[in-house]
Parts: sequence; C-alpha cells; structure tokens
Amino acid sequence: MTDLRHLRSDFPILGREMNGRPLAYLDSAATTQKPIQVLDAVDDFYRTKNANVHRGAYALSSEATDAFEGARAKVASFINAGGPNEIVFSRGATTSLNHIAYGWGLNRLSEGDRVVLTIMEHHANVVPWQLVARHTGIELVYLTLDDHYEVDISGLSDLLDERVKVVAFSGMSNVTGTLGPVRALVDAARSVGALVVVDGAQLVPHAPTDVQDLDADFLVFSGHKMLGPTGIGAMWGKPERLEEMEPAEGGGEMIADVGLYESRWAPVPHKFEAGTPPIAQAVGLGAAVDYLEAVGMERVRDHEHEITGYALKRLADVPDLTVYGPGDPERRGGAVSFSLADIHAHDIATVLDEHGIAVRAGHHCAKPLLRHLHVPATARASFYLYNTLDEVDRLVDGLLDARRVFGLNA
Amino acid sequence: MSALDELYRQVILDHYRSPRHRGSLKGPHIHAEGLNPSCGDEFSIDLIINDGVIADVATQGQGCSISQASGSMMTEAIIGHTPDEARALTDTFKRMMGIEEGESPLDPEKPGSVLGDLEALQGVKKFPVRIKCADLPWTTLADALDRSDA
Ligand SMILES: Cc1ncc(COP(=O)(O)O)c(C=O)c1O
Repeated sequence: MTDLRHLRSDFPILGREMNGRPLAYLDSAATTQKPIQVLDAVDDFYRTKNANVHRGAYALSSEATDAFEGARAKVASFINAGGPNEIVFSRGATTSLNHIAYGWGLNRLSEGDRVVLTIMEHHANVVPWQLVARHTGIELVYLTLDDHYEVDISGLSDLLDERVKVVAFSGMSNVTGTLGPVRALVDAARSVGALVVVDGAQLVPHAPTDVQDLDADFLVFSGHKMLGPTGIGAMWGKPERLEEMEPAEGGGEMIADVGLYESRWAPVPHKFEAGTPPIAQAVGLGAAVDYLEAVGMERVRDHEHEITGYALKRLADVPDLTVYGPGDPERRGGAVSFSLADIHAHDIATVLDEHGIAVRAGHHCAKPLLRHLHVPATARASFYLYNTLDEVDRLVDGLLDARRVFGLNA
Repeated sequence: MSALDELYRQVILDHYRSPRHRGSLKGPHIHAEGLNPSCGDEFSIDLIINDGVIADVATQGQGCSISQASGSMMTEAIIGHTPDEARALTDTFKRMMGIEEGESPLDPEKPGSVLGDLEALQGVKKFPVRIKCADLPWTTLADALDRSDA
C-alpha cells in the first residue's frame, strides 16, 4: 500500500466529527479538502501581499503580481506546458469550457459543422456547446458507452468526416470513473483536422498529466478538485489556438488599447482574463500544486488505484449492490457510482451521513449519462490521496446498515 | 429508536414500496407537476373534482422514499375531501414539518390531529436537508388546486 496516512494531519477538516462519528469524506470528485499549506498560502497572501495585480507602480502590487504569475508558472510546469503563457486562469473547468465554446467555437464554427462529445460528459461540457449550436446551427454528435462502461469508439471511423470540427471529451467521468480514450480520440480528431478539447476536471487532480504527451488543443481543470481553493481553475491551450481564439469576456486587464468603438487585446494569456482575477485563489492553487508535486502524482495515482480496487472488491460483497463503472481499478478513476437494492440514492446518502460518511447522491451533473444507464440517480463514493482502506470498510458497514434500516437482510 | 429508524419508519417504507393511487387519470382532470431540481425528484398529480369533492387522484413520480411516501400518504388523506379541506391539510402538514409558521397540529395539548399516517413523517424534521423531499408532493398538490376553480 502506498501509505499516505501521514498526510491526513495536513487536512484540518479531516479531524472533524459528523453526527458523532469521525468524518469519512468520500466526495472528492465534487470538491477536495484543503491542506494547511494551501490555507496558509491564501492567508499569508492576504496578510502580507494583498494588492491588485499588474497595474500598480508600487512595490506591494508588484509582489502581488509576482505571487499571481508565480502560481501560473507552477501550474504550467505541473502539466508540463511549454510555458506560463499557455495557462489561462479562470474560475474553473466550467468557465474554461465556456470560454472555448464561445471564444473559439462561436467564432469559428458554422451551420453543419459537428462537435463530437461523449455521453459521459459533465453538463459543463454539454451545455456550452448547445448554446453555441443555438447561435450557429452546429450539430452535436455523441459517442456512447459500451456494456463495460468504456467509451464505444467502434463507430468512430464512420463518424469522421470534414464536418467534424471539434472533439471534446472528459479525461475521466465523474460518475463511472471511465477514462476517456485519449489516444483514439486525439488520433481521430487529427485525421480530420478537428480541435481536441479535454475536460481534465477529474484527470489532472488524480494522475500525472503531461500536455506534450496528451497532444490536445485545450485542457481544462478546476483548482478546488485538486486541493486548491474554489473560484480558480485553468485552461491550457496550444499557443496557436490561444492566439486564434477570441476573448469571451471583455473588460479591464484584457486589453492593449481601448477606443470608443474598437479595442485591441492584451497578449495571451491576459486577453482571456478580464477583470480582477482571483489572486489569492491562484496563489492557493500554486500551493496545492506544490503539495501534490511533493507527494508525487504517481503515488497519488497508485494510492487511488489501490483504494478503488479495494472498494470494488468490498462492494461486490454487499447484496443487491450494482456498481456503474469499469471493473478493473487500473483502467478507471476513483469515482465509484452505485445503487443498492430499491433504496434511493438520497436515502443511502442520509444513512451514510448518520455514520459520518459523506457521499454524493443524484445525477452528478451528468443527466445524459444517467439516462443512458437508465438510473435516475446514483450514490457515489470518490477517493483522493487522504482516504484510507478503513474508510472503505466503514462505507461497506454503512451500506449494510442501510439494508437493515430498509428492512432488507444484511 | 435511532434518528434513522425514526426517519424510515415501517409505514413510510410501506408507502414507498407500495405507493397508493399510482398512475394517471383518464377524462377531464387537473394535472400538475413538481420537480426538485437540486436532487432530481419528480412528482406529478392528476385530480378529478366532482361536485366539490376530490373524487379521484393519481400520482406518478420518482425519487427518494421520503418524497414518494409523502405523496402516497397524501393521496389517501385528500381523496373524498373538498379542495378547501385539502388546502387546510396542506397547511397543517407544512406546519407540522416546520415549513410554514404556525401552531403545530401535533401539539400534545391539542389531541385529535388529522394527519394520521402522515405523522410518521415527523422524523424527517431531524434531517433538515430532506424536508424539501417530504414537501414536494404538497407543493405539487397546491399547484394543482390553484389550477382548479374550486
Ligand atoms: C468531469 C467534470 N467536468 C467539469 C466539472 C465542472 O467543474 P467546476 O464546477 O469546478 O467548474 C466537473 C465537476 O464536477 C467534473 O467532474
């Protein structure tokens, strides 16, 4: 076991009790907890460096700018980007995807063009394209999942023609844990010259990510799902894509010059960062990246594989429990969705909450996927570097108690 | 009884697993639909009002045991009653659950409450995030009654 137990003491909230039991936080796919190093970085920024960035001619502002831009450099090196200018800060994966859909899609797509998505996309990678479709008349085409919860790429070659202009997909499903078939989709997109957008919200936090290997055009992710604060995230883009992309938001900070009727944009990445950015949050994200690098992303991934494998094994022993997702822990992420007998997901979550266990219940912002699976809601446990096998055991005990409460034999 | 066992009482599980008056109605009826977007629970109701009383009711929906059991119990409580009585019952229920201000009908000083099985839903009060589940059918009913002229 890649024992990361010693890290738990870095996360103050993990010392809490919930309903009289020690908190077992199994909802990191929704948001992760924050280590003291991140909390301190944010706190320290506000206490000692706070000023607005970029325009100030005084020393404090320049310190704030250095801290902010320093965080950009950390994020860039975390995913092995070509340089800090390839990183655009945003509020998170959702805002980044909207930026791409509006800034790139709206300006470069027209009626009859196609955007290929998968059925497992988070609403954040569905709705922005629908909005673009309303304006432009583009067509959305979905790859579906096969019986093993893998993206079905068997029909991909038939689908590919010059109408396909964008292939946008999740690196890992936040519902089933399915990994996006990156290689196949990137190659397919390249064969017709289509843009590749990877939703890395569940990928970047959980496995080593190298954008040079990935070879996509855009990769987006959220800071709060990788130990950082809420309100900050990033969009990585290939330099030529960022150059050709229009800003989706206008305002201060993003301009070179403003006239009465026309303006010129600041250079990339600032042309995409209108308004005062989330400065302290970016600094916090930089600290989160430092933390993850100190632990090592390989260890984070291995730890999650182990814990997910253990969870799948233990859950298989709970009567009437169905896991919606791939069975091989090496070929999936650590989001484990399930249903239990006729007990509704919300009722499962309520019972588990009484045991101090936090899991999510519902459609997980992936309604097309849940419809495809023919389930209105699932319960979902998801794991991160601070989770333990012991917490998986508690999850199983809680589920057996849910059976008892619902009058089913344990 | 633990808070959980109080929440998921036998009578609630029974209504959840065997909901009463399930389905839809044929012929002229009033229809209303309710949704909790945050959790995805759905509930719809068909009502026939004849000669000033609720002559028939049918509901459909999907969601947690609390929302669906609350709806099932509601159908039994309103059938054969006038729309005004159903509105009054809705208020009584919402006061019991603390959703609306007012004296709770379950005040021990005031015996003879009218809620019957529905009293079993009191256990939900210890789980504030679930109160909206119990409330969904009643909000949908109120919507349906507003659509009738009765
Ligand atoms: C796969 C995936 N994409 C996008 C998002 C949206 O992230 P955010 O809400 O941080 O913008 C999420 C969050 O749940 C996600 O899991």
